[in-house]
Amino acid sequence: MELIEAIVLAVLAASTPLLIAATGELVTERSGVLNLGVEGMMIVGAACGFAGAWLTGSVFVGALFGIVAGTMMSLIFALMTLGLAVNQVATGLALTILGVGLSGLIGAGFVGERITPAVHLAIPGLTDIPLVGRVLFGEDGFVYVSIALVIGVWWFLYRTRAGLILRACGDNHVSAHALGYPVLRIRTFAVMFGGACAGLAGAYLPLAYTPFFIPGMTAGRGWIALALVVFSSWRPGRLVIGAYLFGAVTILQLHAQGWGIGIPSQFMSALPYLATVIVLVLLSRARSGGSTAPAALGTVFVPDR
Amino acid sequence: MQLVLEKRAERSGAIALVSPLIAIGLTVVTMVILFAILGKNPLLALHAYFIAPLTDGYSLQEIAVKATPLVMIAIGLSLCYLANAWNIGAEGQFLMGAVAGSWIAVKTQGTDAGAWVLPAMLVLAAAAGALYALIPAICKVKFGASEILTSLMLVYVADLFLDYLVRGPWRDPNGFNFPTTAEFDPVATVPLLIEGGRLHLGSIIALLVVAAAAILLGRTIKGFEIRIVGAAPRAARFGGFNANHLIILTFAVSGALAGLAGIIEVAGPVGHLQPGISPGYGFTAIIVAFLGRLNPLGILIAGLFLALTFIGGEQAQIAMKIPLDVTKVFQGILLFYVLACDSLILYRFKLSFPNRQVARGTH
Repeated sequence: MELIEAIVLAVLAASTPLLIAATGELVTERSGVLNLGVEGMMIVGAACGFAGAWLTGSVFVGALFGIVAGTMMSLIFALMTLGLAVNQVATGLALTILGVGLSGLIGAGFVGERITPAVHLAIPGLTDIPLVGRVLFGEDGFVYVSIALVIGVWWFLYRTRAGLILRACGDNHVSAHALGYPVLRIRTFAVMFGGACAGLAGAYLPLAYTPFFIPGMTAGRGWIALALVVFSSWRPGRLVIGAYLFGAVTILQLHAQGWGIGIPSQFMSALPYLATVIVLVLLSRARSGGSTAPAALGTVFVPDR
Repeated sequence: MQLVLEKRAERSGAIALVSPLIAIGLTVVTMVILFAILGKNPLLALHAYFIAPLTDGYSLQEIAVKATPLVMIAIGLSLCYLANAWNIGAEGQFLMGAVAGSWIAVKTQGTDAGAWVLPAMLVLAAAAGALYALIPAICKVKFGASEILTSLMLVYVADLFLDYLVRGPWRDPNGFNFPTTAEFDPVATVPLLIEGGRLHLGSIIALLVVAAAAILLGRTIKGFEIRIVGAAPRAARFGGFNANHLIILTFAVSGALAGLAGIIEVAGPVGHLQPGISPGYGFTAIIVAFLGRLNPLGILIAGLFLALTFIGGEQAQIAMKIPLDVTKVFQGILLFYVLACDSLILYRFKLSFPNRQVARGTH
């Protein structure tokens, strides 16, 4: 029983950064912008988040640092793709290359340092309930934020007028513009939201997942978050399922190593990446009838005056 | 009043020529600011990066050695990008080529094998790189899976596979437990061009690849097809060109070139297989391809320039204790400026006084 509880807790922890980053990217993509720089924004968020927490001793300030760093990175992306109409794929790659370098530069002074990680909730009585207590009432703040975030995004996209307009920009920017909506401004906000989420997701890693910073600690999670958005068919509900499934694969991989199965550890470590490829293929195949992606995703829009 | 983009009637040839130079200029200015923030003398840092490596023979050879894989990979990537196929997993194809070629080297170690070993390694590496690149290409063509994500995921897989081999079955028994194979036999090594130097035969192969790509793109129907499918997909469809075939073809060619670059690096400058054989060549080659504006000759120049930044970065680290990550920041910023300046080829800036009008989008 304790093993199951431990596994569920570990899966939640491994899924949370994926869920936060993917939720942000989902909003960005719903507005019609494909930002492939999630990995870059996450890794800068991780370095800045750790720096913030180490300098101030506060995980909360660290998380804020991560959010601001991710948002700044996304503003560069917005300036390039929305302001200068540069190809979104190439700019996203550039953002990742830049992010990896910046993160190494910022984090260099912090390698080997440790901080006190985010505290877990403890409500006397509730947290002590066997099995579900720790899982529901004993998580760190990031886990609850990630759930609130995805519910909030669902509500925003499907229950508010602003969400409807944002989706309209993603499906047909020409019509949205003709109706008088400021497509580029809406997309800029969507990109910034994606950046803030990616920064927070990155900050989660050194602030809650491990209490230290190592270069390259995002290890492709930003790319997996991008794949999750495809997996979810651009819908928040399915995103939750996808993120927890991938968290489970990651944890399975770690536990299998512990159980001493005769498979080399590198093959188990490759599992999340292979799973991503297989999932992408299966999903794309199932959807061969028509794509569920926002119709204007990745296309350049220059208002004609 | 606001600054807006206005589409030019036709692409500006003059700006197309000078835009990489503007981009490099802006990058240097940005780097000066960054050096100042890091508390280093910007002039000395720039000297260490761009001038010092050009002043002695050893560094010049080293630049050519570093440029070799960059140019070979970037040539392949440029074919993909011209055809609108987004291969960003060249790093994985590079590693798989290195692994496949090393297999022959490891198996023939100390067996008095003949001169066939190196050619066989090169062929096998190219084939392995091509096959590894075909996975995302086929997933894209058959199932519509994003080639961007699948090719990138396979980089991590290739990295772990190489790691497994050199820590497990291929580890040098006399290697003091380091994760590496034994040094390759002389027949399994890329010959040097200058006795006692660093320059090797791979640089000649890279030049041949550049020439071949220039002929392919400039003189053949296939090259025309690649460019037309990328530039005007609809026109290409009417012309009877099949975009799917081109995705397969360009991915295979770029994978083969990346694989070849991988084995040349391992059997040349490195001399044995180990983790960390690539300081991100596959990703830096993306910058090389764009900086060279997807043109073979441009890529050759851009490859030499980025190789200079690698060597300069190492020199700046030794001489001025500037962190090596500055090189990556530099390369990222350079790619941003290249892309931004390219925008000026198609658009011009204009001050406008907005009043709401019906508009149309552009692709």
